[in-house]
Amino acid sequence: MSIKNILIFYRDGFRQMTIGRTLWAIILIKLFLLFFVLKLFFFPNLLEKNFDTDEDRAEAVRTNLTMP
Amino acid sequence: MNDLITVVDWSRWQFALTAIYHWLFVPLTLGLSVIVAVMESIYLKTSDSKWLSTTKFWMTLLAINFAIGVATGIILEFEFGTNWSNYSWFVGDIFGAPLAIEGILAFFMEATFGAVMFFGWNKVSPRFHLLSTWLTAIGASISALWILVANSWMQYPVGMEFDPAQMRNVMDDFWALFSGVAINKFFHAVLSGWALSGVFVIGVACFFLFRKSNRDFALRSIKVGGWIGLAGLLLCMFTGDGSAVEVTRTQPMKLAAMEGLYEGSEGQSLVTLGLINPDKKWDNNEDPYLFEISLPKGLSILARHDMNAYVPGISDIINGVDVIDGDTINTVSYEDRIRRGRIAQSALREYGMALREGNVEATHAAQQTLAENYQFFGYGYFNSPAEAIPPVALTFYSFRVMVMLGSYFLLFYVVVLFLAYKAPKWLTDKKWLQIVAMISVPLMYICSEAGWIVAEVGRQPWTVQDLLPVGAAISDIPSSSVMITFWMFAILFTVLLCAEVGIMIKWVLKATHSDIDNQSNK
Repeated sequence: MSIKNILIFYRDGFRQMTIGRTLWAIILIKLFLLFFVLKLFFFPNLLEKNFDTDEDRAEAVRTNLTMP
Repeated sequence: MNDLITVVDWSRWQFALTAIYHWLFVPLTLGLSVIVAVMESIYLKTSDSKWLSTTKFWMTLLAINFAIGVATGIILEFEFGTNWSNYSWFVGDIFGAPLAIEGILAFFMEATFGAVMFFGWNKVSPRFHLLSTWLTAIGASISALWILVANSWMQYPVGMEFDPAQMRNVMDDFWALFSGVAINKFFHAVLSGWALSGVFVIGVACFFLFRKSNRDFALRSIKVGGWIGLAGLLLCMFTGDGSAVEVTRTQPMKLAAMEGLYEGSEGQSLVTLGLINPDKKWDNNEDPYLFEISLPKGLSILARHDMNAYVPGISDIINGVDVIDGDTINTVSYEDRIRRGRIAQSALREYGMALREGNVEATHAAQQTLAENYQFFGYGYFNSPAEAIPPVALTFYSFRVMVMLGSYFLLFYVVVLFLAYKAPKWLTDKKWLQIVAMISVPLMYICSEAGWIVAEVGRQPWTVQDLLPVGAAISDIPSSSVMITFWMFAILFTVLLCAEVGIMIKWVLKATHSDIDNQSNK
């Protein structure tokens, strides 16, 4: 099966959907909300964001976990 | 300090909310994909077009559930990086591997075989289509395997060594992740999906019968859903027994909380029904129950497969007492664990200082002390043993809800299958029976969620058993930000759930007005 045939297979599959169109709309809206709203604006990876190197991140976690 | 407690509580609630919602979608995908694959197999064997119509109907409900549920689990991974950054770093080397494999595997299997299953009718050979349907079902279970392996590792951390320089637990034995805990948990969770999906199919099929629509289709569906659901439930009970033995071995405090047991004994009875006394503490003499009905020796059989075996209670575990083969064994008491946990933490702090100063000798000495006490590292965060006890009442009641509903569903399956073969008129004519079947669907979801509450609440206060309690795993973030995202998720998931139920109801209602068996199958 060539790549062109695979693409046609997916294209025809999407075109022939009935209830599937609604489902795909839900999937795309959901993925947009998850990755472009929630992940970007509300769920940063704090250690990645606040520290430049793995050594700094390890030191930060060591400090957090051993504060008396 | 107050804000820390609030952050911990909100983060816990947020994780619980996300996981509970996610688990509404997952078990139906796990089980319904198998049911659909069996139906399609029957179609290929019989060439009866009615089985093709039946397969396509349930495949559509599978597609709805899959579409709404897909990627809801990814939110849990977002939360790791933001709310649980200490945890994330501490276990990332181990926890990351199974999750990465799951992500890659799920994407490729679902994008290829799932697409053939949904789009490939009349485009690929019937045999290849059936293979794709089975591979989609198997792929869903394999995806679940990696998640459950990761979860099991948190409950029973093995196959790793702590590297104080990296501040990470580094995997040193990949295959150790497939412990008895993981294997039992995998089969228990996946097979519970079969049991849930069987009830779902029977409930929806009974809706058709309630509306006096598509009688043969409904009875055909009930038989397939019933057999797979019953098989799933029986195997679930078997693996549940295995899980109880593993919990006794690896998380005795969870087992004691499940039973509300404070003072253990040999030939320990099992409380089948009871009310927890809220005034009972591990170190007072109050009766643990306000009311109880017990099965003699039941817990000893469940926990150690020996009717005379000793099962320790919460107070025994805290005091470091167990009895094996009649001999009293002194395990490490919680007071001692707390002391050794503090030594481990102090050694880690000294290791960090020595590392910064470049004092190689001091790092070796600190590392040695840390290694000797690391198994109790997490206990060093507690001020008293009471902080290491999980919420007893919630664990106790959730366990009973799961077991009682599970027992009900065993009876339900036996009765429904008997009637489907021997007295189908009961199923087609008795409205009350159809209503019971429909009400059983939400009850099955409650049963399934209760199982997870036992597993996750029962292991509190640990994120990683004995090593990292929830309070230490949390990020230094304001509680207000977690509150905001909590409510965002609550709204998002509720909308998704309403969309799923709404689309499913619309689809099923539409189908009740049609003749499914004689639909065009082009």
